[in-house]
Amino acid sequence: MLTRENTVNLVLALLLLVAPLAANAFGQPFYVTLATRIAILALAALGLNLALGLGGLVSFGHAAFFGIGGYAAGILSSHALSYEPMIFGLPGTVQMPVIWIVAVIAAGLVALAIGAISLRTSGVYFIMITLAFAQMVYYFAISWPAYGGEDGLSILVRNQFPGLNTMKPLSFFLVCYVVLLAGIGLFALIRASRFGTALQAARQNETRVATVGIHPYRIRLTGFVISAMITALAGALYADLNRFVSPSMLSWHMSGELIVLIILGGTGRLFGPVAGAALYVAFEFALGGLTERWQFFLGLILLGVVLFARGGLLGLLAGKAKHG
Amino acid sequence: MTIALALEQLLNGIQLGVMLFLMAAGLTLIFGVMGLINLAHGSLYMVGAFACAAVAAWTGSFWLGLIASLACAAAAGAIVELAVIRRLYDRDHLDQVLATFALILIFSEGTRWLFGDFPLYLDIPALLQGVVTLPGDASYPVYRLAIIAVGALIALGLYLLIGKTRLGMRIRAGESDREMIGALGVDIRTLYTLVFALGSALAGLAGALVGALQSVQVGMGEPVLILAFVVIVIGGIGSIKGALYGALLVGVTDTLGRFLLPQFLALFVDPSQAGMIGGAMASMLIYVVMAVILAVKPRGLFPPAHA
Amino acid sequence: MVEPVLQIDNLVKAFGALRATDGVSIDLRPGEIHALIGPNGAGKSTLIHQICGTVRPDSGTIRFAGEDIGALNTAERAQKGLGRTFQVSSLAPEFSALRNVMLAVQAKQGSSFGFFRPVMRDRSLVDPAMAILERVGLADRARLPAAELSHGERRQLEIAMALALQSKAFLLDEPMAGMGPEGSKRLTGFLDALRREAPILLVEHDMDAVFALADRISVLVYGKVIATGTVDEIRSNPTVRTAYLGDHA
Repeated sequence: MLTRENTVNLVLALLLLVAPLAANAFGQPFYVTLATRIAILALAALGLNLALGLGGLVSFGHAAFFGIGGYAAGILSSHALSYEPMIFGLPGTVQMPVIWIVAVIAAGLVALAIGAISLRTSGVYFIMITLAFAQMVYYFAISWPAYGGEDGLSILVRNQFPGLNTMKPLSFFLVCYVVLLAGIGLFALIRASRFGTALQAARQNETRVATVGIHPYRIRLTGFVISAMITALAGALYADLNRFVSPSMLSWHMSGELIVLIILGGTGRLFGPVAGAALYVAFEFALGGLTERWQFFLGLILLGVVLFARGGLLGLLAGKAKHG
Repeated sequence: MTIALALEQLLNGIQLGVMLFLMAAGLTLIFGVMGLINLAHGSLYMVGAFACAAVAAWTGSFWLGLIASLACAAAAGAIVELAVIRRLYDRDHLDQVLATFALILIFSEGTRWLFGDFPLYLDIPALLQGVVTLPGDASYPVYRLAIIAVGALIALGLYLLIGKTRLGMRIRAGESDREMIGALGVDIRTLYTLVFALGSALAGLAGALVGALQSVQVGMGEPVLILAFVVIVIGGIGSIKGALYGALLVGVTDTLGRFLLPQFLALFVDPSQAGMIGGAMASMLIYVVMAVILAVKPRGLFPPAHA
Repeated sequence: MVEPVLQIDNLVKAFGALRATDGVSIDLRPGEIHALIGPNGAGKSTLIHQICGTVRPDSGTIRFAGEDIGALNTAERAQKGLGRTFQVSSLAPEFSALRNVMLAVQAKQGSSFGFFRPVMRDRSLVDPAMAILERVGLADRARLPAAELSHGERRQLEIAMALALQSKAFLLDEPMAGMGPEGSKRLTGFLDALRREAPILLVEHDMDAVFALADRISVLVYGKVIATGTVDEIRSNPTVRTAYLGDHA
C-alpha cells in the first residue's frame, strides 16, 4: 500500500539517485560527491536511529563507531600499500568488502563492551557515559602515534570494489547508494521483526517488556551493537570518500551531528536519516557558501527545530508516524 | 623519581580536580534542581575566560577581569535560561541534549565572530606570580596554589549556601519535590534562573582561572565539560558532595596516570615505547576508572536519595 | 491438601522505620480466586512489587510452582509463569492492541531474537493474539494504538497479555479501578471463568466484585495480614469489621 510516508520515501530515494546521475551527465562531479556525502551520513545516522529512534537509547557516543569504521579502512589500506603485515602477520587489504567486514566486526566488539557497561544505567547517565567512552576512543586515537595520531591517516588511493573503478565519483556514489538502500531495507526488516517489536516496546514501556518475560537489557544491548555496526560501515565509506581518516571522525561533535541528522529528518522514521542528511548537507553547502560562520546559523535552525518542529522534515511532509 | 616531583604532580592533580569541581558543581546543581542536562556548560566556561582576558587586556587588571568573568557568565547564563532553557525543563533528555548542543554552536561561532580565530592570552597577576618552596625542595607556582585555595573556598561556600541559607533550603526543596516548592509560594521560575546563573558563574570563574594557565580560545570548554561529565557520573548526578570527591579523584588520577604510567612501563620496555604506550593508556585511565565504578555502583558513589 | 501455586512465607520489607510488609504469609491454591483487600497504605503495592521482583524483601520466602523465586528478576519470574496486570495500565502505547498481545505471545514462545521476519505476517504470532483479543472482547479494536483505547479497554488488553503468557497464576492489581458498572460486571464474569485456567491473586477495592468472586479473602492492615478466610468468615470477623469493613460496608 502506498501511504503518504511511503510516497515521500520513494521520492527521496529517487531524488538521491537521479540528482547525481544528472550532475554527472552535465559534467558536475562536485555534486556527485555531495550526494555521496549525503548517502554516507544518512547511513551513519540510520545506524544510530536504530538505537535512538527504535530503542530510545540516546547514544552520544556513536562517533566512536563511525571513527572505528574509518580507521579500519585507513589502517587496512595503509598496510596493504606498504606491504607491512599487521598483528598476527595478517596482510592489509584494499578490497572494500573485506574492509567493511572488519569495520563492522571491530565496531561490534567495542559496542558490546561499551554497551554492556552503559546499558546498566539509563537516562542522562547513559547519555554522559556513551559520550565519555567515545571520548576515550578519541583520546586513544590522538595519543597513539602508529596511525598518524592527531594528524590522521591518508588513504593514498581509494579502496577498490570488485568490478568497479571507485576513483570515478559516480561509481563510488553508486556503491554508497546501494549500501544505503541495503541498510534501509535491513532497518525496515528489523523494525517489523520480533526483535524490533521488543526493542521498540522497551522504549515505550520497559516494565511491560520485563513483565511479559523479556529481558530489556539483552534486547537493548543487541540493538546497540547492531546500531554501532551500521554506523561503522558508514565510517568506512566516509574514510574512502575523503581518502583520509582522522580523530575528528571520533570527536563528540560528530556524535552530536549524527543525532542532529536524525532530528532534522524525523526520529525513528525509516527515511528520517536520509531527509536529515540531505537537509544538513544542503545547509552546509548553502550557508557555507555565504559565510564562514555557517554553524552559527545551523545552531539557530536546530534550536528552532527542537523547540518548535519536533517531527523533523518527515513530520512536516508525511504527518505523524504510524505503527503496526 | 623524587618525592618533590611526585608532590608537584599531586598538587597539579588537585588543581585540575578543583577546576573540574567548579564545572561539575554547576552541572550537577542544575541537573539536581531542574532535571536538565546542559551541554552548553562548557560554553559558559569559555565566556568567563574570554570576558576575563578581554577586560584584563583593556584595563590592565586581572582582578577586574575576574569580576567581569563572573558577571558575564552569570548574565549569559541568565539570558540563556530565560530565552531557551526554561522551555526545556519539561522536555525529554534528547531535546535537552540537542537544544544545548545548538547553543554550543551558537556560542562558539558567536565568540569567533567577536574575537576572531586567534587565541587570547591572560597573564598571571603580579600578586600571584612566583613560586613557593615545598618540603623536599620542590618549588610550586603560587598561582596554582591560589586556584586550589579558591576551589576550597567555593566548596565551603556552596556547603554553607545549600546547608544553611534560605536559598539553599529552597534549592533542596526543589530537588526533592518540585510541586511542594510551588505550593510553598516560592517563585520557582526565579529560583531556576538564579540556580542556572549561579552554575554559570562558577563555570565562568573556572574558565577565567584556567585562562591564565593556557591560551583562551574557542572550544576550550569542551574537553573540560566532558571531564566534568565523567566527574558527576562517578560522583552521582545531583550530588555536590559527589562532584567534589569525583572531581578530586578524576583530577589526581588523570595527572598521576600521565606521570606514572610511562615511568612504570619503562621498567619493562624501552623508554620511547613506554612513553607512547603509557601516554595512550594514561589518556584512557579515568574512563576505565569510571567504568569500574559504574560496574559496581551504576548510580555513582553518592547517588541522591530521591532519584 | 493440594500444593499451593504461590506460597509466601513470613515476608518482611521495611523502608526506614516503616514496616510496609510485616511478616506476611499467604498462599494461592489451584483454581481459586484469592482476594487481597485492605485500606490504602496497607502495603498491598509493596507486597505485589516483591512478588513480581521489582522490590527485594528484607526476609521471607516466595515460592512459585514449587520453587523459590526470591533470586529471580521480573523477566525471569514472568517466564516461570507469573502473569501480572498493573494498577495503572502498563502497555506499549504506540503499538496496536494486537501488537501488544503479540509481544506477549512472542515472549511466551521464547524467541525475541528474530530479525528478518515481519511479525504482522507471522501467523504463529497473529493468530493466537487475535484469538485472545476475541476472548476478552477486543477483536474489533485490534488495530488501534493502545494509547487510543478507553480506560476499560486498556485493562482488558492487560488481561489479554497475561492470558497470552499462559500464566500459571495471575496477579491482578485493581483490575476494576476506573471501570463503569457495565464494564465491572463484564469483567467480573470474565474473571469468574478465568480461575479455571489459573488461580488469581486479586487486589481490589471494589467490594461487590470481591465478594462475588473470591473463594478466600486476606485482609492486609499496616503491613500485616489480620485475617484470611472465606467471604462469610471475613464478613463476620469482628477484627476485620472494626479495622476495615466498618467504615466501608
